[in-house]
Amino acid sequence: MSYDQILYGLTGVALFSMGLRGAFFPGALLRRVLAINIAGAGVFLLLIAIAYRGLQSVPDPVPHALVLTGIVVAFSATALALALGRFLRERSDDE
Amino acid sequence: MEALTSWQILDLLLISALLALAWTAMAAKDLRRAVALFIAFGLLLALTWVRLRAPDIALAEAAIGAGLTGALLLAAASDEPDPVPSGRISAAGVVLTVVSAGLAVVLGWVFVATVQQADSTRLAEEVFANVETTGVSNPVTSVLLNFRAYDTLLELAVLLIAVLGVLALGPARAGYGAPGPVLSLLARRLVPLIILVSGYLLWAGAHAPGGAFQAGALLAAAGVLLRLTGTTNGGLPGDGAFRTLIVAGVAVFLAVGLSLMLAGRPFLGFPVAWAGSLILAIETAATLSIAAILLAAFLAGDPKHAAANRGSKTWQRTHKTQGHANEL
Amino acid sequence: MIEIAAGMFIVLALFFFISGSIGLLRLPDGYSRLHALTKADNLGFGLLILGLLLLQMDLLIAIKLLLVWLLVMAASAVSAHLIAQRARRQERGLWKP
Repeated sequence: MSYDQILYGLTGVALFSMGLRGAFFPGALLRRVLAINIAGAGVFLLLIAIAYRGLQSVPDPVPHALVLTGIVVAFSATALALALGRFLRERSDDE
Repeated sequence: MEALTSWQILDLLLISALLALAWTAMAAKDLRRAVALFIAFGLLLALTWVRLRAPDIALAEAAIGAGLTGALLLAAASDEPDPVPSGRISAAGVVLTVVSAGLAVVLGWVFVATVQQADSTRLAEEVFANVETTGVSNPVTSVLLNFRAYDTLLELAVLLIAVLGVLALGPARAGYGAPGPVLSLLARRLVPLIILVSGYLLWAGAHAPGGAFQAGALLAAAGVLLRLTGTTNGGLPGDGAFRTLIVAGVAVFLAVGLSLMLAGRPFLGFPVAWAGSLILAIETAATLSIAAILLAAFLAGDPKHAAANRGSKTWQRTHKTQGHANEL
Repeated sequence: MIEIAAGMFIVLALFFFISGSIGLLRLPDGYSRLHALTKADNLGFGLLILGLLLLQMDLLIAIKLLLVWLLVMAASAVSAHLIAQRARRQERGLWKP
């Protein structure tokens, strides 16, 4: 437990709630997907802050592995969401 | 009040920049501006990972989080006609903001309370005690591909399912026309270099920051560069080879795990002498697979149909510029 | 001694980066903003790499730093060219003094 750990963790929480608010706000799909990505970044920041052990010691590798997985999965979820949005938009355009 | 150390100044600058960029990215009126701010946010986040001693994550964030996601969002932003937000303050919006602020306070309090508890034995101690038995010396790679190899297998399966979903939704986006001389020169010089660096990252993942995900993302970035300079399918091979590529990661992983079971060991229980080579084999297949999957997800569809696709009606409507539609 | 020289280079680089950003905010025209940004930032980046090179006594890391410098210069030059070409093609207005 150190002050920069708490600082970065709270920043992660702030980013998460900002992104969550933006995700539920009605608007274009792209904006909401962007907000979800920001919320994801907040969660990653929280995890890495938990894993942080100070500048002089090696950090905890288990949350690092979780975040690495999370980044790749977040990208594929974004791609799927945008493809679905495009599909729905084209369907409603062609009819 | 003691003076701020330089690290604390860096922390304050980084955090305020992160929050400011996230805020303006979500509040920007123009979609493309929002995406550009998001890319800048991703780069600053990569810097934050370096500050928090997570270089593997920094590499992945720069390649995937800022680079590929930014490119994907930018391509989608040009597809979509942007409805101008009304700017009225609605009741639902206010309730949403209040609720999310309350949620932030609660989560923050929970986080601070948890972190201040006495340190119990964490998994990290077990990992550091047993890293030598894993065949790699980078602790993150050892966790990813040995201690929690099952999770990584499932994650590759999730990637595969996501790309199957994207492929099932229709043909790829329309490509771009022939590039100018400057861009094609850059692409000609950069793509071989990117392939080389990706191979280096794959190899170095065993003892330094790097690994399959970063290497695969870099290869996908090379494919994106190829797509931007006229190779509409981004360098992906045709039907059969493409399907083999995207399945290769999960297939090799499963094959290794099952043959270990046949040899009498637990599923994905690597023997110490063979662990390094097995992990390298799995990572190589995973790199190729991840590259193909990320690139296909960026193309938003089947690469086979990419060249023939003239673009949806929405795309054609928003790109009314006569004749310049496909030029960069 | 070497560290003082490296520090001076890095501070100079900082000055060029700041002036490039001020140019981005204050100049009236898209083209002049591009001009300020690429020129000042490239110079600042070159000085930064020079300062970092002085701090590194390892040959391998020095080669990597030079590679980073070349790649960033190439990327920023090409992207500035593309942005300017696109703006020209769309007939974005030039600022008339």
